[in-house]
Amino acid sequence: MSLGIWKGVAKPVISGMTITLKRLKHRKVTVQYPDERREHYPRTRWRHFLTMYDDGLEKCIGCSLCAGACPAKCINVVAEENTDEARFSPGERYAVRYEINMLRCIFCGYCQEACPTTAIVLRQDFELASYTREENIYTKDMLMEKYPGEADECFKPSAAK
Amino acid sequence: MPKRVETIVLHDSSTPVLGDLQKGGNVVVTSLETLLDQARAHALWPLTFGLACCAIEMMSTVASRFDLARFGSEAFRATPRQADVMIIAGRLSKKMAPVLRQIYDQMPEPKWVISMGACASTGGVYNNYAIVQGADQVVPVDVYVPGCPPSPDALIFAIMKLQEKIKRKEARNFKDLRLFEPTPRTLEEVQS
Repeated sequence: MSLGIWKGVAKPVISGMTITLKRLKHRKVTVQYPDERREHYPRTRWRHFLTMYDDGLEKCIGCSLCAGACPAKCINVVAEENTDEARFSPGERYAVRYEINMLRCIFCGYCQEACPTTAIVLRQDFELASYTREENIYTKDMLMEKYPGEADECFKPSAAK
Repeated sequence: MPKRVETIVLHDSSTPVLGDLQKGGNVVVTSLETLLDQARAHALWPLTFGLACCAIEMMSTVASRFDLARFGSEAFRATPRQADVMIIAGRLSKKMAPVLRQIYDQMPEPKWVISMGACASTGGVYNNYAIVQGADQVVPVDVYVPGCPPSPDALIFAIMKLQEKIKRKEARNFKDLRLFEPTPRTLEEVQS
């Protein structure tokens, strides 16, 4: 009877706990997501940014090449002429409306590649989930960076979380 | 007891969300519901509903690198009777839509839906005759996740948003689940 308890209960428990104890000293693989972020690759393609020059002028010239290159047809650009009174971009035209439907976007980066002025870039902010479909239509105000170089903040060493 | 006031807020898929249900309600029941909401939010059992490539990311969300078990959602159920949240992972074809609806109907109340990825949310690149342009045409969707496919952390973020929504008591009882429209609205009301 005592042999049965040893073979049937104690031995398997000890051997099982040995594996558990051995695993304790291994490296932890889990990324504790909301508290710590895993490191993204530099060319990770997530949320778009419309960038601007250092003097505050928009890079986008409203050429709609991004909308033409988009396989999901999720970009809408409406261009308008710059005037000397109201100048938004160095070129002749600027985008008066620039909308991206983030839900239809497949983050392929073709807009980034097609852009002649590197106005639109894809960066690493992936937290885009929303409660409604309307929230995910990003307008120009949401896409335009607040100050020159905001989109490249994530490449600075201080931005590492 | 004062008359219960129900305000109808415009919801995305043209279905109403009823608010202010607890106006003039019972304090004891409200506290109990808060407790239940906490319990529901931290034990969301997803339904295995991988339709396409997004399912791969959904699987890796449960794996040890991202570990959805930290949010109480590790128990993927293969039957709708034991599931709380349906993660529609992948493009929803028109042939699959009635199946999706039936499985959604078989889930017990309360139930939630996460539409994962571009295809499930809007159709994505597949704007053609075969794909439903958004799963919210078939079932009411609570959280939309952009991405093609969304990375596991993006899905975890969506589940956190859903937990917030449950704790905010927005989707709780039978009426809130938007299975029917109690007062049909005209087109002008929807558009305004």
